Amino acid sequence: MLPRTLRQWSRHAGQHCLAKRALISSTHHAASRQPLYEHHIPISCVERSVLTVGSALAAVNNPLRGDMVATLGETTGTLFLKRMRDTMLASKTGRQILKDRPSINTSSLDFDQLRLECAPGTFGHAYISWLDEQGVTPDTREPVRFVDDEELAFVMKRYREIHDFFHTLTGLGVSVEEEIALKWFEWVQTGLPMTMLSSLFGPWQLSWAQRATLYSTYVPWALQSGAACQPLMNVYYEQKFHLPLDQFRQELGLIPTPHSL
Amino acid sequence: MSRVGLRTCQQITRPWSNRVLAQKALFSSSHRCLDQSNNASRKTTHFGFRDVAEEEKESLVHQVFANVAGKYDVMNDAMSLGVHRVWKDQFIRAMAPSPGTKLLDVAGGTGDIALRFLDYCRNIHHDSSASVTMVDINPHMLEEGKKRFQTSPYAHTGQTDFLVQNAEQLVDIPDESVDVYTIAFGIRNCTHVDRVVKEAYRVLKPGGRFMCLEFSKVDNPVIGKIYDIYSFDVIPALGQVIANDRDSYQYLVESIRKFYSQEDFAQLIRDQGFKTIGSGYEDLTFGVAAIHSGFKI
Repeated sequence: MLPRTLRQWSRHAGQHCLAKRALISSTHHAASRQPLYEHHIPISCVERSVLTVGSALAAVNNPLRGDMVATLGETTGTLFLKRMRDTMLASKTGRQILKDRPSINTSSLDFDQLRLECAPGTFGHAYISWLDEQGVTPDTREPVRFVDDEELAFVMKRYREIHDFFHTLTGLGVSVEEEIALKWFEWVQTGLPMTMLSSLFGPWQLSWAQRATLYSTYVPWALQSGAACQPLMNVYYEQKFHLPLDQFRQELGLIPTPHSL
Repeated sequence: MSRVGLRTCQQITRPWSNRVLAQKALFSSSHRCLDQSNNASRKTTHFGFRDVAEEEKESLVHQVFANVAGKYDVMNDAMSLGVHRVWKDQFIRAMAPSPGTKLLDVAGGTGDIALRFLDYCRNIHHDSSASVTMVDINPHMLEEGKKRFQTSPYAHTGQTDFLVQNAEQLVDIPDESVDVYTIAFGIRNCTHVDRVVKEAYRVLKPGGRFMCLEFSKVDNPVIGKIYDIYSFDVIPALGQVIANDRDSYQYLVESIRKFYSQEDFAQLIRDQGFKTIGSGYEDLTFGVAAIHSGFKI
């Protein structure tokens, strides 16, 4: 399956580049194209290649550069974003999400209300406690800039915003090997090249002990669980805050995470 | 085979020359800053490819340089692949300062020119009486320059002076007080280029020399096309990857396109009273940069 995907990917990238090159020679550079959504920066094929290589090197060099990981995802993700969008179109809730375009940030979700309403043991309660524990808010996500299609940009944005829900559902924390385990899970679920790169090259920065835990415990779990559970992009999380967490996990088909000693 | 080659050359030249013509038209209509719409009294100027009110430009440029100050030197090396060092060396060789020269380095920023000037005087003339006053409108850039000088051989020789000044109004520099005035890669960021040159004329001693190193227009169509692609497709991406600041580098490449051509700038220098030798300028790297020079005689 993977070689076929790679062939598809390289053929698509080649066609994409040819089309872009034709565009360059007629309009000279992509800055003359109009932005399709807020924060959109239309870029040419050349710039896309430079950004892909540059952001990959920068991310490997300094894994704390979240903006570089985000950029890498955007410049390489088009084919897989389309597949994710098509998966969403194939499901009723997915279609509803694409229609409603919900956003997850402190102004769209009433966190205080959720704190009051969600009883312990519910998904909402687990999510908010996790956010408070980590000291993060959903407002810190990078905006999508380099995806040249408005709907795909929303898919990418949604994928970034529900990342925190993945943490809550799987119970994985923010230590490096747990984040990489989550990236493996996301790779199986979405196929995005950025998840592949993080999964394969992320472990380089780990110690041998951490790598041992990752590959013996988390990766097998991630591969099985990612394949077994339903596409998580199709879940309307905003409507599920009051569900008990265990019930929600069962509904989704999530295999419980093994926690290492 | 040659017909194919000719057609390819025509294809390369045509859109490039159309764009240059369009930009020259755009430039000559917008650079003298009169807004033709209802608000006729409000003057506008260019900030990259955008039009902004004249009063705004200074603070917008200030913001750009405050953002880039920390990584300015690294980015210069990355963007020009180190060629900017060659340009600056050539600039100082063209200046060929004699012992005891007093230099005013405007928009001196991180001190590339000032440092090379002092090195030249020390290495070629074994002179330590040459002095340089480094001036910049942006205190962040000047701080980077001061830091650099702290670790140079000139940290305690008393040959350097640092001042925060606006190139259009050098209030703390007396008339006819400097031998050489330099401004390297700074003048295109100024709102009123003619006023900067006029101030230069004021502060220079009779016989003094005005020198400007700045990005300019590439004439050669093939090099021009490669340069355009490199400017618009590679440089902002580099800015994002290295400095996490795409917009400042987008402004940089746009401001280069909006600046004067070599001949127009040489004429502007002559209009302010300087005498130029020959064309008044020397191209560097096919016109990517140019050294303009005028004498106050």
